[in-house]
Amino acid sequence: MEKTVNHKAWFLVLPVLVLVAFSAVIPLMTVVNYSVQDSFGNNQFFWVGIEWFQEILTSERIHNALGRQLMFSAIILAIEIPLGVFIALNMPKRGIWASVCLVLMALPLLIPWNVVGTIWQVFGRVDIGLLGHTLAAMGIDYNYTQDAFDAWVTVIVMDVWHWTSLVALLAYAGLQSIPEAYYQAAKIDQASRWAVFRYIELPKMQGVLLIAILLRFMDSFMIYTEPFVVTGGGPGNATTFLSIDLVKMALGQFDLGPAAAFSIMYFLVILLISWVFYTVMTNLDKREGA
Amino acid sequence: MAKITLSHLAHSYLPHPASEDDFALKEMNHVWEDGAAYALLGPSGCGKTTLLNIISGLLHPSQGSILFGDTDVTEAPTTARNIAQVFQFPVVYDTMTVRDNLAFPLKNRGAEPAYIASRVAQIAEMIGMEDQLGRRARGLTADAKQKISLGRGMVREDVNAILFDEPLTVIDPHMKWALRTQLKSLHREFGHTMIYVTHDQTEALTFADKVVVMYDGRVVQIGTPEELFEAPGHTFVGYFIGSPGMNVLDANIEGDRAYINGAEIPLSRGYGELGGRVQIGVRPEFVSLTADRDGLPVNVRRIEDVGRHRIVRADFFGTDISIIAGEETPVSADMNRVTFRPDKIGVYVDDWRVTGGAA
Repeated sequence: MEKTVNHKAWFLVLPVLVLVAFSAVIPLMTVVNYSVQDSFGNNQFFWVGIEWFQEILTSERIHNALGRQLMFSAIILAIEIPLGVFIALNMPKRGIWASVCLVLMALPLLIPWNVVGTIWQVFGRVDIGLLGHTLAAMGIDYNYTQDAFDAWVTVIVMDVWHWTSLVALLAYAGLQSIPEAYYQAAKIDQASRWAVFRYIELPKMQGVLLIAILLRFMDSFMIYTEPFVVTGGGPGNATTFLSIDLVKMALGQFDLGPAAAFSIMYFLVILLISWVFYTVMTNLDKREGA
Repeated sequence: MAKITLSHLAHSYLPHPASEDDFALKEMNHVWEDGAAYALLGPSGCGKTTLLNIISGLLHPSQGSILFGDTDVTEAPTTARNIAQVFQFPVVYDTMTVRDNLAFPLKNRGAEPAYIASRVAQIAEMIGMEDQLGRRARGLTADAKQKISLGRGMVREDVNAILFDEPLTVIDPHMKWALRTQLKSLHREFGHTMIYVTHDQTEALTFADKVVVMYDGRVVQIGTPEELFEAPGHTFVGYFIGSPGMNVLDANIEGDRAYINGAEIPLSRGYGELGGRVQIGVRPEFVSLTADRDGLPVNVRRIEDVGRHRIVRADFFGTDISIIAGEETPVSADMNRVTFRPDKIGVYVDDWRVTGGAA
């Protein structure tokens, strides 16, 4: 059959094109535009090429922020993933308590970021906060506004409190999909509790755990609101993570050029890591199909 | 290896069973011999799997006790009972190789590596998977996985019993036949007590020395395939085993005569006063269609030729009956009467067979 050539249909794509242009392409290109120019006000711009990129890449301030960021993500993953799995393993499998647990677990996930920040900001205050005051009364020298270590502990505990539920719920869903016969067979084979976890539960949770790690990594790598509300990035720069630094640079100092270059590289890093995850996961699926 | 004793055993899934209807498994007392192959046969929901899980310890019975040999194991956990069980759907450890899967029960019990290796090789040969031993179990087909499950069930030589819970459901028909034959020969070779749950009568009758027929939470008869065929202990056994099932007809019994709608049928045994619902049961194999005036009148409705023989469906005083006519027996239009072989007629009161005295 002869194929009809009619390109008029392309016009039907126009609305989407316009929508995507205004919501994504134009803002992104504006950032790209800023990243290669400098301005002294009056809307006058000068071409500076890759200077801003060079500056950002060699900036000690950014290196430090990146270091803190990686440390933060690594610590919360190291706590939340095992803790989430542990909680999921100990949640009741069925009955009224299973529902109660699910609701309780889901609660922190429903609280908006800045509210979580405010809760912990108040909770940890030495003068009026329940936690801060109690610790002070016990003679523990705790003050997240002055001590860098205390600030880190507060921010990490807050993130664990807020997001471990997500890992636990995903792991729980993975566990619930395991047929009872597997556990029965394991009993008959006299498998130890560890062997049941290692050879039955962990393999069945593998897929959801990868998703949990990916989500928690990306979210923690982009974290802004909660630490900003609690510590404002301080004391000093102790809890200034990449996003907080970026906002300081772009809106505090109004250094649009370096901030734009920074944003683009930030975006590329997240894209790269997500791609690595995606590849690893699809390879696992392939191995499963083989 | 040990004989299995079920003593006053019953189970209900409800916490406080009130009446007998609340029991998924009604009280039973049985002794199952050491080294025999039993098949638990019955329709879905009759309590077969419940009974199996009680034997393996996955389920704790509401009442009664269970003994392996002379040891009471009612309170013993599954791990302490030393039994093997194969489930309806394949259970394999995905991340392990086929070899590790087969070796797993032995490793967990701390067997010698050399013994494990030789035993795994033997089992692999039996299930025909020698060339796939190094493969990861993940991604194998359902019947390959089920073969691994079967293999894992049989890898231990010292088990008290091997339990099978409809293990061949997911297997291809031709493979089914081969595996069943293999199980049978394995049973002969090693003499394990085997308990095989199925709802397929062919599977039960070909596999087992003794078939345990279950119906509505009760064991209605335990017997060899011949006994179940020749003398069903309950109308359900007559109906469930055989194709087509036994003809069951309401009747009045007086001595060694049965009367249906006034028509007289001679019996080979005599019976006293019978209370309750009285019926006679006779298998289609022992009913013949005839032109003989001595027979009882029937209306033949349909004749099905199933190859080896023909099944005649007929109306006998308002009740449907089936008659099996041999390939060599001609069926002609004037054959509108039936005769029953007196020695093959069973008498049932409230569905249970009663034995009479000599006529």
